[in-house]
Amino acid sequence: MIAVQVIVGGLLLGAIYALFSSGLTLIWGMMNFINFAHGEFVMLGMYAALLVVVWLGGGPVTFGAAAAGALFALGAVIYLSLVRHVLRGPMLAQILSTFGLALLLRYAAFWWFSANYVSLPGNALSGTIAIGGIFIPVAQLVAGVAAIVLTLLLQLLLTRTLIGSALLAVAEDPGAAMLMGIRPDRIQALAWGLSAGSAGVAGALLATAYPWSPSVGETFGLIAFVVVAFGGFGSVLGSLYAGLIIGLIQAASAFWLGAIYKDVVVYALFVALLWLRPQGLMGKA
Amino acid sequence: MTKLPTSRVGVVLLAAGLLVYPLVFTGAFYHDVGVSFLLAAIAASAWNIVGGYAGQISVGHSMFFGIGAYTPLLFYTLFGWSPIAGIPVAIVLSLGLAALIGLPTLRLSGHYFSMATIAVAELIRLLVSTWSFVGAAIGLQGPASGRGWWDLTFRSELPYYYIFLAVLGLVLAVTAAFESRRFGYYVRAIKAGERAAKSLGVPVLQTKMQALALSAVFTSVAGSLYAVKTGFVDPGSGFGILVSVQMVIIAALGGAGTLYGPLLGALILIPLQTATNNWLGGGGSGLTFIIYGGIIVLIARFEPGGLMELWYRLRAKRWRKLDAAA
Repeated sequence: MIAVQVIVGGLLLGAIYALFSSGLTLIWGMMNFINFAHGEFVMLGMYAALLVVVWLGGGPVTFGAAAAGALFALGAVIYLSLVRHVLRGPMLAQILSTFGLALLLRYAAFWWFSANYVSLPGNALSGTIAIGGIFIPVAQLVAGVAAIVLTLLLQLLLTRTLIGSALLAVAEDPGAAMLMGIRPDRIQALAWGLSAGSAGVAGALLATAYPWSPSVGETFGLIAFVVVAFGGFGSVLGSLYAGLIIGLIQAASAFWLGAIYKDVVVYALFVALLWLRPQGLMGKA
Repeated sequence: MTKLPTSRVGVVLLAAGLLVYPLVFTGAFYHDVGVSFLLAAIAASAWNIVGGYAGQISVGHSMFFGIGAYTPLLFYTLFGWSPIAGIPVAIVLSLGLAALIGLPTLRLSGHYFSMATIAVAELIRLLVSTWSFVGAAIGLQGPASGRGWWDLTFRSELPYYYIFLAVLGLVLAVTAAFESRRFGYYVRAIKAGERAAKSLGVPVLQTKMQALALSAVFTSVAGSLYAVKTGFVDPGSGFGILVSVQMVIIAALGGAGTLYGPLLGALILIPLQTATNNWLGGGGSGLTFIIYGGIIVLIARFEPGGLMELWYRLRAKRWRKLDAAA
């Protein structure tokens, strides 16, 4: 029974990994740009949720939407003011731009919010429900299910709408897209907004169920790299499966090896993946 | 990168300045700043070989620095060996790690190498901070007082200053030597365009591996120098992300891929860092990260060539003006 408990807990956390990783796959997989600050976007989403709850009150829908909106705006601004310019620059500039941004955001959060762990003050999603002998905190259940729904919505946006087609077109060939009347800059800004927005809402969902500190961004950033590499670059559905698997592996290793090894296992998995199948588990060679 | 003739007078003046600095500024504080500057310049120049010249951006060079710092102190703790004996062992270990990371990821585009370096450095830091054999979270200590010169434990800062200066001279001499040789042209060709370089017969993977190996060796030595000077290392000071960040920022600020860029970067950043630490006390380290992050973003956005390129551009502009006036 305890094994089932661990598996369910891992899958629910993995669903949130899937949500913010599918945001990363928009940028890394489709636009071929590495964002080292993606984990920090998740972290900022958590604090955005906290600030909204403390200052304005309101339920999960309110602070979830607020975190998504705030991070969407931040992502678009970062594209327009920073990424757009370094895209034309050398590799050094491309890698250092978001690496420096990650440091800036992470330690600004340390400075502002201190290194202490915080959690959302009591909200409607407290309590635990029992299903067939296993106990699941309501907050984890709601956050996990919401994350899966949002990931699927993102997939629908990409595959079933005109905006999604425009995104795919720009990812394929910005020049040709421009000839079709699409403005690549706007679409890229939109992609960055969607990417950061999904990280922000994932952060808000995480905040309902798990305590955190400013350092979580680093771990989430690496987890997002692992998930995207596992799931195949540019595939939202691939990220969904891979996120669930990584959540499961992490929960299992935390339970059977000890809590300090749950990050070690993820990093080791990432290194092993780079060694063996750098094109991704589901990617083409 | 355009290579402009460096004036010999400048090099001699620089060397003379560094040689007499501790004799002119005799206070312990000045010596401490001088030693920190030299160490930072060595590490950043080492990073510069693979990150600057070859254009393979490592954001986890602390792994080599940490190995260099831990190994001598570990052998001292285990067997009472002089730290000198541990330095070559650390070099060999760093070369092994460089091969392990470089061989799979340097075949691919630059992103993969960057990500692998950050993941491996973090992995090692996590493992070291839980592994009691290497002191876990507490770290390792060196000899409290030297049993002889070979323990490299001196009361005065002066011997460290001149040892570090000699090593910096060596790193710069090696870099200057390859700049004008085949290897130097290979790495710059790879940086400018990997496919083009390959089509012209440059052995791409082999050259990148050589650059990484050379860089790892000198970074490891920098770590060893840090450990013998401080007599102490813990996971944060050996493998911490700040260690990697410092190398990147110093090289990039001064000018990545230029001989004197890392020196210039260290000359600006180390006094600045000492000043902010003095103003803000121990609690200033968080602010240091914020400032570093901001500087890195600004360099990437506005001046990816660093201050050296800015200087060359301004100088070229001035010459054009003089030409026009004449």
